[in-house]
Amino acid sequence: MSVLRVIEPGLFTTVQDLGRPNAISAGVPPGGAMDRFAHRAANLLVGNAEGDAGLECTLNGPTLVATRSCLLAITGADFDPRVNGQPVPGWTGIFLGVGDRLTFGARRSGGRAYIAVAGGIQGERWLGSLSTYLLAARGGMHGRNLKAGDEIGLAREAGGPVVSGRQLPERLRPRYEDHTLFAIAGPHIRRLDADSRSALFGAAFKVGREADRMGYRLDGPRLAMLGDELLSFGLTAGAVQVPRGGQPILLMADHQTAGGYPVVATVVSASMPVAAQLLPGDELQFAEVTLERAHQMRLSLASALVAQRDSLR
Amino acid sequence: MPPPRSNRRPAPRVRTFPLGDTALLAELGTRLDTALNTRAIALATALKKRRDVRQAVAGYATVTVHFDPDQTNHDALSAAIKRLAAKRPPMEEPGRLHRIPVVYEGPDLEEVASRLGLAPERVAELHSKPIYRVFLVGFVPGWAYMGPLPEELELPRRHVPRTQVPAGSVAIAGRQTGIYPLPTPGGWHLIGRTSVKAFLPDRDPPCLFRAGDRVKFFASTR
Repeated sequence: MSVLRVIEPGLFTTVQDLGRPNAISAGVPPGGAMDRFAHRAANLLVGNAEGDAGLECTLNGPTLVATRSCLLAITGADFDPRVNGQPVPGWTGIFLGVGDRLTFGARRSGGRAYIAVAGGIQGERWLGSLSTYLLAARGGMHGRNLKAGDEIGLAREAGGPVVSGRQLPERLRPRYEDHTLFAIAGPHIRRLDADSRSALFGAAFKVGREADRMGYRLDGPRLAMLGDELLSFGLTAGAVQVPRGGQPILLMADHQTAGGYPVVATVVSASMPVAAQLLPGDELQFAEVTLERAHQMRLSLASALVAQRDSLR
Repeated sequence: MPPPRSNRRPAPRVRTFPLGDTALLAELGTRLDTALNTRAIALATALKKRRDVRQAVAGYATVTVHFDPDQTNHDALSAAIKRLAAKRPPMEEPGRLHRIPVVYEGPDLEEVASRLGLAPERVAELHSKPIYRVFLVGFVPGWAYMGPLPEELELPRRHVPRTQVPAGSVAIAGRQTGIYPLPTPGGWHLIGRTSVKAFLPDRDPPCLFRAGDRVKFFASTR
């Protein structure tokens, strides 16, 4: 049941859902959409469940042609989406008729756009998730990124009345333009000397050239560590680990599940959508927050999706 | 029969640290120690049964706990973990034994040998002597952290991790050893390679090794 045909795949477009959190005990990364907020919002805008699979488009968008009429929403980065050449709004449910052509222009903001289709996108399930995991060549579209000629199928017929024009207002979206990543001090923060600690929560860092779904190496001040090496332990997305060279790495969705480098900070869940939109060369800084503040930030962001969900009832 | 050693020791004092707002690290100790690892695995198993816990992964002497922030928070879960950790861990079954052939010709073998003041053949000999324990599975799919490595082979990790290590590489770091199951970045010293596949993507769970298994390496020519 094909719904979209891939004319051009874009630089790196993959099928993602909310990942496979239970696979981490086998060393398999949790995976899933890097920007969970944008992924969930796109699904809600077309009436899907938040965890349905959609497309994650990195750096630019694909060219897709509708092989049957469908409702879709594009969220996250703004890559200037167009239908048959006419600009269409992001964060909004839009109808495509048979033969309509979805294209993208230049990147205007952010690094990753999300496309959800009413009914959800079909893909190969691996360890409980449709998310593409390139390293193991499993999940999604045969475990790889999209290529020209692929046919994207629907997981099921879109249920209920299909309504276009639903929109998530800008004030309810994450503040993507502010590259401050709020973070909780990590288990091994005391291993940083005083200068390095103030650099961590004060200096500007830049996303390095090595930045992908596994994590971002950060250019900036070297962080000097004290003490012995650690025994390996379980990691989480958002953790900022510091290898011996002193160049921090921010772990993202396809992160290594365990490691022995000190974790000096962990980006809070409410800031992960912002982190997910960063590209090599983007500047960022970490700001230390308390658990209480992180809790408030999480609730405030979640309420935007709750409001969207409720409006569909 | 005397009780196993791990049960005779006093329960370790657990420290907990936030890993952001939806996870925490519970640290039972900082030593590479079979008894601590047994306790960590038991604690993770107990935590996984809780409704407010999404996933719990045992490290060498730690448990990383991913929790549902709508149901609990760092302080409440930390208190529960301390209560759980005070309980005796159940008796551990002896793990399965794996025999793994290794060609000791890794790109770091010469450097490792010279830094340790040993002949390369001696490095291979020492590495293939013990029966190792799988302390945890993690890092990348199928990776098993094994040890303890003989003291004579102890070296810190590389200063700058390699961006790509070939699958099947047999590596050492600190008192640990392991097999890279996939081509991945890595900071360990590569002393050999094996044809054994540690990552089995079409099985569930998709890995050859389980925490608690035993592993014996032997020198091979292919």
